Amino acid sequence: MATPGTTQEEFTLDTAAELAAEEGGSKIEGKSPWVLAGRRLRRNYTALVFLAIFLLIVFLCFVFAPIYSSHLSHLGPDFENASGVIHENGKTIHIISQGKSTFGKDGQVHTTAAGIPIGPQLGKSGVAYFFGADQQGRDIATRLLYGGRNTLFIGLVAAAICTVIAILLALLAAYFGGATDWIISRAFDLIWAFPVILLGIALGTALNINGFHHGPINIAAGSLWIPTLVIAFVFIPYVGRPLRGQVLALRNREFVEASTAQGAGPLRIMFTELLPNIASSVLVLFTLIVANAILTEVALSFLGAGVQPPHPSWGTMIANGQNFLSTRPWMAILPGIMITITVISLNVFGDGLRDALDPRAKVKMEH
Amino acid sequence: MVTFLIRRVFGMVIVLVLVSFITYVIFFKIPGGDPAQHIAGRTATPANIASIREKLGLNHNVVVQWWDMMKSLLGGTLISYYDGTNVVQQIKEGLPETFSLCIGAAIIWVGFGVLVGVISAVKAGKAGDKAITALALVGISLPVAWLGLVLRYLFCGENPNGLAWFPDGGYVPLTTNPWQWFYHLLLPWFTLAILFIGFYGRVLRSNILDTINEDFVRTAKAKGLSSRRILVKHTLRASLIPIVTLFGLDFAAVLGGGAIITEVVYSIQGVGYYAYQSINTQDLPPLMGVTLYGAAFIVVFSTLVDVAYAYLDPRIRLT
Repeated sequence: MATPGTTQEEFTLDTAAELAAEEGGSKIEGKSPWVLAGRRLRRNYTALVFLAIFLLIVFLCFVFAPIYSSHLSHLGPDFENASGVIHENGKTIHIISQGKSTFGKDGQVHTTAAGIPIGPQLGKSGVAYFFGADQQGRDIATRLLYGGRNTLFIGLVAAAICTVIAILLALLAAYFGGATDWIISRAFDLIWAFPVILLGIALGTALNINGFHHGPINIAAGSLWIPTLVIAFVFIPYVGRPLRGQVLALRNREFVEASTAQGAGPLRIMFTELLPNIASSVLVLFTLIVANAILTEVALSFLGAGVQPPHPSWGTMIANGQNFLSTRPWMAILPGIMITITVISLNVFGDGLRDALDPRAKVKMEH
Repeated sequence: MVTFLIRRVFGMVIVLVLVSFITYVIFFKIPGGDPAQHIAGRTATPANIASIREKLGLNHNVVVQWWDMMKSLLGGTLISYYDGTNVVQQIKEGLPETFSLCIGAAIIWVGFGVLVGVISAVKAGKAGDKAITALALVGISLPVAWLGLVLRYLFCGENPNGLAWFPDGGYVPLTTNPWQWFYHLLLPWFTLAILFIGFYGRVLRSNILDTINEDFVRTAKAKGLSSRRILVKHTLRASLIPIVTLFGLDFAAVLGGGAIITEVVYSIQGVGYYAYQSINTQDLPPLMGVTLYGAAFIVVFSTLVDVAYAYLDPRIRLT
């Protein structure tokens, strides 16, 4: 079924044969689906370019941030310098404007506003305050890198936790069926019934009051783990539901029966028979969940229910910049640009990954 | 059909009860602190706290506490810790703002979403499709808060040297001045809608491309129908069914508090804005009220979608 006009070619056994022929061998060799997928992905330059962009951002935030902070800007991410000054061409400039009134030549009193942080210096006085300072005199460029660290950490770790739990639940539900399936599916339905943002706010706010101290888990209020776990929890049904459906479709296939006949137990069937068959969907869903987790972190932090000060994050930086929109617009715009680039690159790469892994199946993150 | 309806409504009620219980536990058990202490404030005497505990029934077990809380919420007597205002009353006051924002945005996102999806499917593979697909992708990748702030900076006079085409936030009731209502909401509508336009466009595009290969479309072609007629009457109709489901749930989510960020960015004092104000004061009853209000919307709407589906599509088994 050649869909007219779709950009992606259909990859079938014939294509595999062609690929094999291209490599000089006239005989068709068996190639694992992963090898074929890798080859398809390698030909999708758009996806690769955006993967490179994402990796570059990860590199900047995780590896380059401390280098920038200690060797270039000489300002830590939490270093407040509200009363400090910088020197530029012999002039002294306050990092936070002091506000003063002067008599102009026209006889009017001119007042400059106080409390406005310094704008982007773009290298006029060394690397310090390259993108300006925030209202506490902290270096925005440094915080942008460290904030990205937190945002990416939350996005990646939340997506990883969420995916692992969702896989386990989906396998359990679909393998055992019956009451197990019913309970897990209803649990998904219950989480699903909450609007994502409101459930995130509810949990984020409640947990940030006193932290979470029940049993062996001890999380202090204001910890980065709170938004991470909250976001992981909120997205479980969005990964678990499609995966459960896929496992359910595989559950009664012959290869599972064959494995049962050989005496394989539930664990072995779940992890060596079923899991490899949903692995490609898991990869695609994981990429999309990272993108969504990042957007959710930004939304929660913007509203004050996510990352708590003094931790920087792209979301809190936007919330911060909101108050200086007319005087220092870059405070809010810069972190937003970083988020947009990150999320776009994840989405494009996720699309490419899906096209490469199973061109026909439609793994969609249910909305 | 009647048994199906009864089952569905019964299921809905159970989900609502469980959702409210979970919400109660989230707000009043997870924090671990004493709500009575919270209400009494910092200078409270132990006797003071004890009397509040008694009054709120905090000495009972969780289920009784939850039941009391639900009674006060449904009866409209739940009050805020922070300023003692009536939670239900405040949510009600936010409804016109939230509904104005969401209904307008929904019209825009469905209209543009369908347009984007159809154009990119018809032009599939061509430059137009690629451009639209790329834009849709950008649309689903934008953080809403940031988009709102950028639009305010560009078009609302936040930039001292920039344009001031639109009012910088705020809300005018429809009954006061319809034009001002529209004028104030135009930018917020688009801010809220852009994510969904991108998303619906992408979904619809792939649906249309799948439907084109269906037998009934080939039959229509064989009958000699014009391609426009095939597109509108056959392909689009079938492709829109999944969109209807999506819309039911998304619209519910947006009405139920999903528009919170747009409301905050543009200072529209709707239900979401009310929740936002309560985050910073850690005021739990309003947050619980809004969360339940939002969940109720989603649960009721998803039931409605199911029922509408069963009614429209006779193939769906009524179980």
